[in-house]
Amino acid sequence: MTALLATICLILISIIVVQIGKVTELAGKIRGEEEVQEQSNKRHANYSLIFMVLFLAATLVSAWYYKDSMLWYGPNESASEHGSSLDSIFNITLFFTGLVFIITQILLFYFAWKYRGQRGRKALYMPHDNRLEVIWTVIPAIVMTFLVVGGLDAWNEVMADVDPNEEYIEIEGTGYQFAWHLRYPGPDGKLGTRDYRLVSGTNPLGQDWTDPKNLDDFHPSEIYLPVGKKVRVRITARDVLHNFYLPHFRVKMDAVPGMPTYFVFTPKTTTEEYRRKLGALNLNGEPMYPEWHEPVDPSDPESPKKFEAFDFELACAELCGEGHYAMRRVVKIVSEGEYQDWLSKQQPYYESTIKGTDDDPYKEEAAPESEVESQPEEAEPETPQTTETTE
Amino acid sequence: MANVETKPVVHEEDLLIEEYGYDDHFHEHHHGDKYQSNFITTYIFSQDHKMIAKQFLITGMFWAIVGAAMSLIFRLQLGFPEENMAWLKPLLGKWITVNEAGIGSLAPEFYYALVTMHGTILVFFVLTAGLSGTFANFLIPLQIGARDMASPFLNMLSYWFFFLSGLIMFLSLFLNTGPFSGGWTAYPPLSALPQASSGSGAGMTLWLLSLVFFVVSVLLGGINYITTILNLRTKGMSMWRMPLTIWALFVTAILGLLSFPVLVSAFLLVMFDRGLGTSFFLSEIFIGGQALDHVGGSPVLYQHLFWFLGHPEVYIIILPAMGLVSEVLSVHSRKPIFGYKAMVYSILAIGFLSFIVWAHHMFMSGVNPFISNFFVIFTLIIAVPSAVKVFNWIATLYGGNVRFTAASLFAIGFVSMFISGGLTGIFLGNSAIDIQLHDTYFVVAHFHIVMGVAAFFGMFAGIYNWFPKMFGRFMNETLGKIHFWGTIIGAYAVFWPMHYLGMAGVPRRYYRFDSFAAFGQFDAMNQFITIAAIVTFGFQVLFVINFFYSIWKGRKMTSRNPWGATTLEWTTPLEPGHGNWPGKLPTVQRWAYDYGKDGKEFIPQIQPLEEGEKEGH
Ligand code: HEM
Ligand SMILES: [Cu+2]
Ligand SMILES: [Cu+2]
Repeated sequence: MTALLATICLILISIIVVQIGKVTELAGKIRGEEEVQEQSNKRHANYSLIFMVLFLAATLVSAWYYKDSMLWYGPNESASEHGSSLDSIFNITLFFTGLVFIITQILLFYFAWKYRGQRGRKALYMPHDNRLEVIWTVIPAIVMTFLVVGGLDAWNEVMADVDPNEEYIEIEGTGYQFAWHLRYPGPDGKLGTRDYRLVSGTNPLGQDWTDPKNLDDFHPSEIYLPVGKKVRVRITARDVLHNFYLPHFRVKMDAVPGMPTYFVFTPKTTTEEYRRKLGALNLNGEPMYPEWHEPVDPSDPESPKKFEAFDFELACAELCGEGHYAMRRVVKIVSEGEYQDWLSKQQPYYESTIKGTDDDPYKEEAAPESEVESQPEEAEPETPQTTETTE
Repeated sequence: MANVETKPVVHEEDLLIEEYGYDDHFHEHHHGDKYQSNFITTYIFSQDHKMIAKQFLITGMFWAIVGAAMSLIFRLQLGFPEENMAWLKPLLGKWITVNEAGIGSLAPEFYYALVTMHGTILVFFVLTAGLSGTFANFLIPLQIGARDMASPFLNMLSYWFFFLSGLIMFLSLFLNTGPFSGGWTAYPPLSALPQASSGSGAGMTLWLLSLVFFVVSVLLGGINYITTILNLRTKGMSMWRMPLTIWALFVTAILGLLSFPVLVSAFLLVMFDRGLGTSFFLSEIFIGGQALDHVGGSPVLYQHLFWFLGHPEVYIIILPAMGLVSEVLSVHSRKPIFGYKAMVYSILAIGFLSFIVWAHHMFMSGVNPFISNFFVIFTLIIAVPSAVKVFNWIATLYGGNVRFTAASLFAIGFVSMFISGGLTGIFLGNSAIDIQLHDTYFVVAHFHIVMGVAAFFGMFAGIYNWFPKMFGRFMNETLGKIHFWGTIIGAYAVFWPMHYLGMAGVPRRYYRFDSFAAFGQFDAMNQFITIAAIVTFGFQVLFVINFFYSIWKGRKMTSRNPWGATTLEWTTPLEPGHGNWPGKLPTVQRWAYDYGKDGKEFIPQIQPLEEGEKEGH
């Protein structure tokens, strides 16, 4: 019904517009083509100028309005160390391109307006000017060089792999249709080997249980990381391409079947700190970011405020099929103490699911020497507790 | 202002052509015109380049409408995900699922199919075939002074391969499992494994088949365009006297010829992986409860092959638009294009560089980060010739006597769009920034503004400008101008806000945003974009009405050269027949941009230089 109405409206509007077109054409015939053209030049030159002003105003106002979603500013500040270098290059680029944008758009529409066609006026014969060409080749080239050098400097630092001698935490994210499967190395600090042919319902990552490094690996449902520690994420995919994307940390890397990739980053803000920042009040005691003070559930004003419920998120950023848009995991950045506390509650996947079953190569014997401490049976690895600091 | 001829008795052009023209004895060979003897050879299997151009144009318009309509449907999903879509059920059938409460919603797999088809259709069928196909066919022979293409027969085949390709793609829309839904880039393994997605079965098979035929069409056309430009230029038409449209179409055809075969090779390898059990792009995959045998392949290899075409492809789309805009801007500001040679060199530079920047689409795909250094450098170098072009366009307006027509407005709009979208390329080309922006709405904003909207603007400028030459009638100017203002405002309203979404990190290709707190805060903006898209679509309807109405009912063209242009196509009769010029071929005496020289409004290319006159550039 609405479709029908819309169609009818559209047809009516079209007919009206065609009639307008016809009328103006008729008027043109009466008044003479040149006269009409000159008037039209004047009118549309004026529209150009108006458009230019409104357009630039709209870009500036909307940029101001959406400043909170821009990199670096307010709520969208990077929560990782390398992120700020990247955000600053973004802003330098924004400055230069913004300048060029404003100048060129103004000149374009201003010239169109200024040099609108008038009877009796002659256009300049000005086919070229090599000096100008050189100037506007060299200046962009210099600006580009400046941006490239800054960009590559940051890029090579951000993308550098860890040095084997330094201290870092290695974790693993595996994309599959349609979720992320997470793995931590356990107390030995090493991820065990995998073979995709071993994947099964009980062995989602195809871990090789004859590799002792696997026996202490655990599979949490959220990423927990201590603030200020370097993290190397090993990124893999089980079926098709995915992309390990942590928007707040400026981390993004494809997960490729058959080819593990990695990304190294250091979280610099804890979840609690980030929440506090989102909920901050200004000097007048008003929220700095009112949108974060709305209730999570719009129909229930009593529900927690958005900033209180905020969490860092892991998403997928490479089209992987119909469930691509919902591969969410929560990321929690905590203090070192909370992190240790959380670690101590995790149970190795081997212990919880494999041990003693037909998949267990050590079913008949005692498991080989491993640093795994056995955990109380109640500790459910799938639901990490929100922890209070214990120290 | 246009020179108004009152009595078309004796045309000055004809006298000049008669005096200086070149007699190739065309009419002695072509008695009875075997090319256009009946309906079928005139309108269907025509070998006349002008008719083939119209076929490309109208087929392109058909696809543009289909592709745009698809985008409205998925925009409704993004703007109003909770809204009842049951009213679309008659059109989309089982792809609308209706729950117990009677609320219909778009199935996610069909959302992805729509996005994929939209991208494929717009990039290949509309902005490659519809744009190059139309204007290369129409303008190359007319502007270089040739009777037709080098091979009219291959030219005809080129259209019919395109038609076949479109037909196959169209059929794939009606498959039970749906059309292909893995994105227009069709990355394997998603595209290679029918288990991975319902569209990757028969849908993908037809998609591949369709695009292979499409490439055949592009190659047949391209060889023809290049040969024609190199060999069939009339006497006096040296390369440095060619209008920029021809330069742009020339480089476009070369890019196509060098890059499309690589795409076919990628497609063939995907077909082998799909059908013959090879493992070019597949390795260590567990899917559908089963570990596949494929080992040793690399999905990243496909991306290299794809983008080796894919990046030149975006220039294949934009260069013809740039050529059209250069011509239209110059003609309507009554001034020579500023820096003709700089424009040619920048086209050549862009063409060359476009082959060595492809991996800027792959910064985050797992390629060695060191390699990215080179691609960052080359990518940002490309911004320099692009900037030169923009400055030259602006300088062309400077000091002009600008005639505001629908064509010139769209040309000005093109420059505005190209600036806005080109500048965001500078963010994306810098790999460090691309870490955050890759695969977000920032990229969507970038390429829609710089390629999608800008190329459409170039195409509109071209259509409004050459419509009289194509159909002997004018399109309605008032409607054209309304179309322009509606479109430029609408297009910015649709795509500008997407920058903010992208900066906030919202990924592209999401069926809905509310599964994430970080991405779900922009409901109002998404609704705004959807409404703006619907309104903008409405203005395109206006264009379509104007176009078809004007073919039959438009104001008749009474003078041969309504815009007062210098180029050869305007020296042909009002409705040129096969062979374009009834008598001798015109010869060229000067460059294409003598506007306002020596106090003359314009001097056609067929006008000999005066005693002691130096050529323009
Ligand atoms: C100033 C010059 C330009 C630069 C530096 C540039 C850079 C880039 C980069 C780095 C990307 C990849 C972004 C990503 O996926 O993360 C990109 C995407 C894209 N660019 Fe540009 N670009 C420029 C101009 C153009 C032009 C002129 C066109 C087309 C006419 C164009 C069309 C595209 C398209 C279609 C995509 C997206 C493809 C896809 O992922 O679906 N760009 N651009
Ligand atoms: Cu995904
Ligand atoms: Cu590119």
